[in-house]
Amino acid sequence: MSQTVQSSGDHAPDENRRDFLILATTAVGVVGTGMALWPFVDSMNASKDVLALASVEVSLSNIPVGQAIKVMWRGKPVFIRHRTEREIKEADDVALNELVDPQTDDARVEKKEWLILVGVCTHLGCIPMGTATGETRGDYDGWYCPCHGSHYDTSGRIRKGPAPLNLEVPTYSFLTDTSVKIG
Amino acid sequence: MSAPVWNNKVVKWVDDRLPVFSMLHHSAYEYPTPKNLSYMWNFGSLAGFVLVTMILTGIFLVMNYTPHTDMAFDSVERIMRDVNYGWLIRYMHVNGASMFFICVYIHIFRGLYYGSYKAPREMLWWIGILILLAMMATAFMGYVLPWGQMSFWGATVITNLFSAFPIVGEPLVHWLWGGFSIGNPTLNRFFSLHYLLPFVILGLVVLHVWALHTVRSNNPTGVEAKTPQDSIPFHPYYTIKDLFGMGIFLIFFLFFVFFAPDFFGEPDNYIPANPLVTPPHIVPEWYFLPFYAILRSIDFSIFGVPAKLLGVLAMFASIVVLFVIPWLDTSKVRSSKYRPVYKWFFLILFIDCFILGYCGKKAPDDYFMGIEGLHVIVMGQLATLYYFAHFLVVMPIVGKLERPKPLPASISESVLKGGANA
Repeated sequence: MSQTVQSSGDHAPDENRRDFLILATTAVGVVGTGMALWPFVDSMNASKDVLALASVEVSLSNIPVGQAIKVMWRGKPVFIRHRTEREIKEADDVALNELVDPQTDDARVEKKEWLILVGVCTHLGCIPMGTATGETRGDYDGWYCPCHGSHYDTSGRIRKGPAPLNLEVPTYSFLTDTSVKIG
Repeated sequence: MSAPVWNNKVVKWVDDRLPVFSMLHHSAYEYPTPKNLSYMWNFGSLAGFVLVTMILTGIFLVMNYTPHTDMAFDSVERIMRDVNYGWLIRYMHVNGASMFFICVYIHIFRGLYYGSYKAPREMLWWIGILILLAMMATAFMGYVLPWGQMSFWGATVITNLFSAFPIVGEPLVHWLWGGFSIGNPTLNRFFSLHYLLPFVILGLVVLHVWALHTVRSNNPTGVEAKTPQDSIPFHPYYTIKDLFGMGIFLIFFLFFVFFAPDFFGEPDNYIPANPLVTPPHIVPEWYFLPFYAILRSIDFSIFGVPAKLLGVLAMFASIVVLFVIPWLDTSKVRSSKYRPVYKWFFLILFIDCFILGYCGKKAPDDYFMGIEGLHVIVMGQLATLYYFAHFLVVMPIVGKLERPKPLPASISESVLKGGANA
């Protein structure tokens, strides 16, 4: 299987033709096989019905100040916290150079009283505690991930522990004052 | 057949411990192949290619299929509408089943015409028949999975075949169903077996190829290769010929996939299964039609054996008879090319199978090809009679009485005299 084509000056034109044919055939074969395999790979990507569920609408009217809820969005929890004045102030008062992943609170919210986050720890994907009343909120009054001990503040920014990034802010828009569309 | 020398150190290291490269070299490179093989010898490798395609597409379909009576139909529709390229993968699988049978049927007729079942190739032939049986079981159970009307009623009719057996019939059918009718337990077990059997087929294919490489390929003359001049190495001569044939075959296959994906299918199977309504006209997939015609043609009882049981036995016998043809064929000549009388009977058998297929498709009371007075059921009975007579009567008698044409002394001689057309 490791034979080499013997080259000899007499047959050079013929061999060039043969080399060209072999290369061209191989190229067509490789590209063709790749194109034939792509549908199989792509069939494992999110399907149209999954993408169709990519946004949810949430009513905010039932969330009192100081409390938070979890809603499902794309199979993951989204935290929606109705922040108190004190929590907003805490988030604003942090100096950026204290942060692992520096970001101002204003950059993370559209309306100051509503903090909306993807509730998945940026370390290894656990759900941080602190949304339900009575759960521990960690050292920075936000969230605490029980898996590996990451602490998030009242803006969902990472403050302590192994997580590398702040809790992700999903794309969302307020449809009315009490209704938000996530995704 | 010298042992290959490996220059690459890694290849040699592996090969000294597990001779995979040597095995590949022997079986796919230097395997001495008769030099006169025609394009009729392409269909074995084509069938193998379709098997791989079926397994690959099947694995990806399973990723999105739900084997539950409430969800199966919808999950298949979701594959067609929502899953990326799901329509392509499913249509390749659906039409691949038909392609598999086309390849295998041509492969079988090739073997019948050129006497490839005769000594020393009986084991090779038997394993081939086992592959056909496994394919039939796989195709039948696969057809049930989309849980459409034809799935449900096809499953009902075919499983009810087993109720024809006395005493054990009813318990056997209830056992197959896992209940008192086709239902969720049936769907689940069919799904399980439909996933298992292709790998059984794959194993049988390995044995088939092993047996083939032990007894070597037959060829259009039916004369065994005697000298090195009669053979050429498999690679590059037949790898390139198989690849070229595969290109032509893919055009044929993909024509249906892209332009007529439901050509082989029944529209009724796009109606969700309904245990309360049977479709007005139930027909199996085309590849089962000849067997279905044999089943239906027995509408009479013999010696008190009811027609229902006889029909089932006849249908199974139509395949079982293939196991014994190495001994039913009494001719000393393999290839029908040199059998001036049998050749015509072979042609009749070939046409007979299409007549059986036609009869299987039509309602029993229709007229055959519109011929007034000739009912499909009668034509089916005549065709069934010939089918069995061909193997049980024609093969033994013609083999004894016929005077064959002179055989070439060797494959080389036949090639030099004008090859396959001589």
